[in-house]
Amino acid sequence: MSVRQRPPTRLPRRMALKTDAVGKEWAGDPFEVEAERIAKYADAVGEGNPVYHDAEAAKEAGFRDLVAPPMFAVVYQFPAMALAGVDPEVEMNIAQLVHGGQEFAWGEPVCAGDEISTTVTCKSIEERDGKGFYAFEAVSTNQDGAETVRGTWTNIVRGV
Amino acid sequence: MSDFEAGDSLPELRVTPDAGLTKRYAEASGDPNPIHFDEDFAKSVGLPGCILHGLWSMAQVARAHTDVAGGDPRSLKRLAVQFRGMGFPEQEVVVTSTVKEAGDGRVVTETVAAQGDNQIIRNAEAELELS
Repeated sequence: MSVRQRPPTRLPRRMALKTDAVGKEWAGDPFEVEAERIAKYADAVGEGNPVYHDAEAAKEAGFRDLVAPPMFAVVYQFPAMALAGVDPEVEMNIAQLVHGGQEFAWGEPVCAGDEISTTVTCKSIEERDGKGFYAFEAVSTNQDGAETVRGTWTNIVRGV
Repeated sequence: MSDFEAGDSLPELRVTPDAGLTKRYAEASGDPNPIHFDEDFAKSVGLPGCILHGLWSMAQVARAHTDVAGGDPRSLKRLAVQFRGMGFPEQEVVVTSTVKEAGDGRVVTETVAAQGDNQIIRNAEAELELS
């Protein structure tokens, strides 16, 4: 008499998403803000306001020098974010990565001549609906230590 | 300028990115991903063609808000967005914002950026300070 083997009561547990990088920090090299870069960025996003193109107009409006549009934060935070993105400990599958969400909270305006330092922290790595959600906080300060922006970048990796 | 009330709409922003925009934005922003400006590459990874940068679209949402404050970049205190559908060059983007809360010179809005029926940014929340 043959005994039928009992089927397994549960499926083998799937490899969990690697979360070792939660809490890890990366510091980018200081970013030198150049007037040309501000103007080029402003042109690309359709910001024609003279404060982004003419240092005198910016000073008249009360800025220290040519000022950057708020979303210029992506320009000076991107290099520090890239350090996290390629870190093997984070192990994001870049080929399956989409930018899921973005938040910025702004402080001191950024002007030409500023030197911005950005520190990125991995805040969470979670699996939901078969996707990996990676949240990074990026905090930037200028040469005087004033916070210019606090960003939360959420990347989604499909099919983890 | 600061007499907005909950339920009011902000002036709509309409912009049509030209065919060369994604290349210019890639260079200006420092985002090297070729899915945005290399048509052949985009198709090789299964996309219908070059797609807009989500952060460019977010910059249009930001601009729709600072425009309300006479273009002052200091007016925008916070902006949070979720990226959804893919956006494409040479199609008009319409940014529509509704006031959720208003008071004490501060306005909180909810915004959608869409190309036709395709919402490329939704559930965007912005906090604007109007002096």
